[in-house]
Amino acid sequence: MFTIKQHLMAQSIEEGYETLVKNRNNLILGGTAFLRLGNKNINIGIDLSNLELDYIREDENNIEIGPMTTFRSIETNKLLKENFDGIVAESVEEIVGIQLRSVITAGATVASKYGFSDFITALLSLDTHIELYKGGVMSLETYLAEEKVPKDILVRIIIKKDGKKAAFKTMRNSKSDYAILNCAVSNLGGEYRIAVGARPGRAVVKIINNDELMNNIEAVVDEMKFGTNMRASGEYRKMIAKVLIRRCIEEVK
Amino acid sequence: MEIKLKINGISKDITIKEGEYLQSALKRLGFLNVRKGCETGSCGLCTVLLDGKPTLSCSTLAVRGIKKEITTLEGESVEVAKFAEVLTDEGADQCGYCSPGFTLTVIAMKRELESPTTDEIKHYLTGNLCRCTGYMGQLRAVKKYMEVK
Repeated sequence: MFTIKQHLMAQSIEEGYETLVKNRNNLILGGTAFLRLGNKNINIGIDLSNLELDYIREDENNIEIGPMTTFRSIETNKLLKENFDGIVAESVEEIVGIQLRSVITAGATVASKYGFSDFITALLSLDTHIELYKGGVMSLETYLAEEKVPKDILVRIIIKKDGKKAAFKTMRNSKSDYAILNCAVSNLGGEYRIAVGARPGRAVVKIINNDELMNNIEAVVDEMKFGTNMRASGEYRKMIAKVLIRRCIEEVK
Repeated sequence: MEIKLKINGISKDITIKEGEYLQSALKRLGFLNVRKGCETGSCGLCTVLLDGKPTLSCSTLAVRGIKKEITTLEGESVEVAKFAEVLTDEGADQCGYCSPGFTLTVIAMKRELESPTTDEIKHYLTGNLCRCTGYMGQLRAVKKYMEVK
């Protein structure tokens, strides 16, 4: 269980950011469901829940998700069900139960780069950018490639509506358990984005073209690293990955 | 810090510790059926309704309950009595420890889903753990209560 010295209900993102950079033990609070399982000592917990950051909206080109949007909202949202073959909504629907999904937030999952994230895997297979308050807009891939979690505030998740076909598959020992592996593949005009998550490390993505496709699943998987934890061995994950990727490709071909 | 929570339609003032969760705040206010089970956000025992949505009170900071309608079992006495009757009829109630959270989730489901399939019911109720009954009796009771086959 974490301890927290002071709780700040931020009145603006600027106030949240100023507080965040003041002390290394100041921290942005998301849903706090995962945070409470650790034992961090937090100086000031910065709460963004008063800043209307809970939204899913679209404009001509993009769908935008606010960082305080809960997984339950993502799961039931009409826009997310209708776009990208519903994989963004689908990627969160087996995470524990709806009561937990009503608590956990999109921003915390993405900003913290959690390794178990099913949601990040789906986002990675699409053309997804994130906006940091100071760091500006960058691709999700670029954000994840940097080892550290920056002292910054995630203000938006932006998914380009470019008509990609997409599929998402997950392997779990039982429903609502953590994923042993998950995989999302999108296809736009023969360019395939293959994302694999719960490796158990952070999700990764590889891009390949149609003509090199079927022979290349093996090569794509060989380039990815798979780790061992209490749920499965790296070797097992690697075998599962080939199957899930192939099934996703069948759906988006 | 001093906060105001609206629980079952009644405003209550409560002093909470920094970083305190809703479950323990509610317990101090005397809502003893808001149970604590697994402490990891997996079991659903501590469920309350926040603006009508089933939510884990053990994983929701008490401050996030400000300006929201918090509903515990006491706030749903009519529906609770209806469901309790079908649940006991099916012999699906044993120790009763999981019942408050489970019952609130079922009530919320009835309001949210229109004639759900068995799979939709199971999906909605995943994350409510009961160690006594093996779920079959509960599922029969839920279907009766939801008036679906």
